[in-house]
Amino acid sequence: MTSFFLKGEWYDFRDLGNPVGGLLHDIDKIAPHWVVYVVASLIGTGGIVLWGVLSCLAFIWIERRVVALMQNRKGPNRVGPAGLLQPVADALKLLMKEAITPRAADKIVFWAGPVLIFVPALAVFAVIPFGPKMTLADLNVGVLFLIAIAGINTPAVFLAGWSSNNKYALLGAMRTIAMLISYEIIQVLALLGPVLLVGSMRLGDLVGWQDHYNTWIFFIQPVGLMAYIFAGAVETNRSPTDIAEAESEIVAGYHTEYGGIKFGFFYQAEYLAGFAIAAAITTLYMGGYTLWGAEKYIPSWIIFLGKLYTVFFIYIWARGTLPRLRIDQLMAFAWKFLLPIMLVNTLVVGGEVLIWRENDISDVTALTLIGLVNFFFGAALVIGWARFLGHGRGRQVGRRALLTQEVGAVYFGAETSS
Amino acid sequence: MDSTGVIIAFYVLAAMTIGSAVSVVVVRNMIHAVMGLIGTFAGLAGLYVTLSADFIAITQILIYIGAISILFLFAIVLTPQASRNNQESFLRFPALVLALLVAGVLIFVALDNTWNLSHAPDFPETASTIGELLLKTYVLPFEIASVLLLVAVVGSIVLVRPEPVEED
Repeated sequence: MTSFFLKGEWYDFRDLGNPVGGLLHDIDKIAPHWVVYVVASLIGTGGIVLWGVLSCLAFIWIERRVVALMQNRKGPNRVGPAGLLQPVADALKLLMKEAITPRAADKIVFWAGPVLIFVPALAVFAVIPFGPKMTLADLNVGVLFLIAIAGINTPAVFLAGWSSNNKYALLGAMRTIAMLISYEIIQVLALLGPVLLVGSMRLGDLVGWQDHYNTWIFFIQPVGLMAYIFAGAVETNRSPTDIAEAESEIVAGYHTEYGGIKFGFFYQAEYLAGFAIAAAITTLYMGGYTLWGAEKYIPSWIIFLGKLYTVFFIYIWARGTLPRLRIDQLMAFAWKFLLPIMLVNTLVVGGEVLIWRENDISDVTALTLIGLVNFFFGAALVIGWARFLGHGRGRQVGRRALLTQEVGAVYFGAETSS
Repeated sequence: MDSTGVIIAFYVLAAMTIGSAVSVVVVRNMIHAVMGLIGTFAGLAGLYVTLSADFIAITQILIYIGAISILFLFAIVLTPQASRNNQESFLRFPALVLALLVAGVLIFVALDNTWNLSHAPDFPETASTIGELLLKTYVLPFEIASVLLLVAVVGSIVLVRPEPVEED
């Protein structure tokens, strides 16, 4: 384990890749090459799975407590100190429950649904750089991989909903497919901005670019980030957009018929997908494992996880704050609002990058200008397009209730003038 | 195709692709057939990876597993006669003849060809090369294809758009 202190400095184990790298180096001396390959992938996969499960357990408790705080409740507080053992108890309960399969369900597909949905949630982390040497597979098409792997969700959810032989499950699955397919386009367009700026789809390059210019793409692509955060919430069924399992409308959506550990799979996959989106946002927009030089003193994976959990906290916050959208509102938001804005945004970023590359502008000036232009242009675009679509502030003023009842009012906006 | 790992991967992926493809034809339930189709697409993506065509592999997953399979699923769900599944129909003998002919052609070509091993070095990155080719050499076909898709999108919107309601 001397490789733990490779350079003889205390912070050298900042990168967990160093001890693993030393171990692999030692194995390479005594075993053939493929053994090293297999051991490396096993260590990487095992590490990701272990981290994912532990994070999920922790965040089940954190999310419930935080949402409870926001709603002026106490949340889980009985099992263990401050309710800390609640997720363990929940997991044990899910494990021991009887695994019920409906008689009319399609047995094979019913069983395949939870398994298939777990694959993309875990596979995304293969391309995420947790640290300088901590990427399982630094693909040169990493950004595309993020979107493609998330796309496997779609058939998995459909198969789960269809095989349950339940109208609520099928409705939930249909809603999910409509949502996922619409917001996949928004995601692609949002990720196109960083890729255009950096000129590479390798996630390591994206982090390196942000480190090199000492900036975050967050500051250069604010509109893209907003769209991606929203699309990510849709993708992972997080709360302002969780109409796929809106319990007040369609029981629990596509996993209505799933109980016990099969439901546990869906639950955990949802959390993992949320972490995956947070990891993608961290890597693409927030500098990944770098923190303006602080990564020399703080272990890079701690920086990365800190940013990841911060982004994930935004999702918890949104869940505790925002009301659920209706399906037509969600669809209209994707196709009428986000899509034109993201198309214009892509055009603008492309033009800026072209001007930057063709002319002899210093990097600091160029990036500052691009950031300012994108911020103000983006704000103008969002407000202007919302006004154009009739969501301006002025229109709602002066609307008068035509008919007032004791339980509420019925508004007829267009007919008040006549 | 030198290292043992790649050869093992090739045979595993080939078995997966062909097995799923056979299941698409053999299985009676249509949804199970689509599951087999997804397996075929995944196996093909893996085969592209072993050929170091990473961009094509990822695109295969994105387009075929993420979108085309959904198209099939919707087509099955929305077809009124879908519940009759993969039953026998009068087309099975013409289909058998056609399939045998195609198989014959493929086997003939496979046996007739002298298979030369390519000694070209591995492509380090295909995404940037494909991008440059699409936007420089083949920019006209690329743009024509995108305009065609745009026309299709606009046409489908026009087709399903409800008639404008007459104002009183």
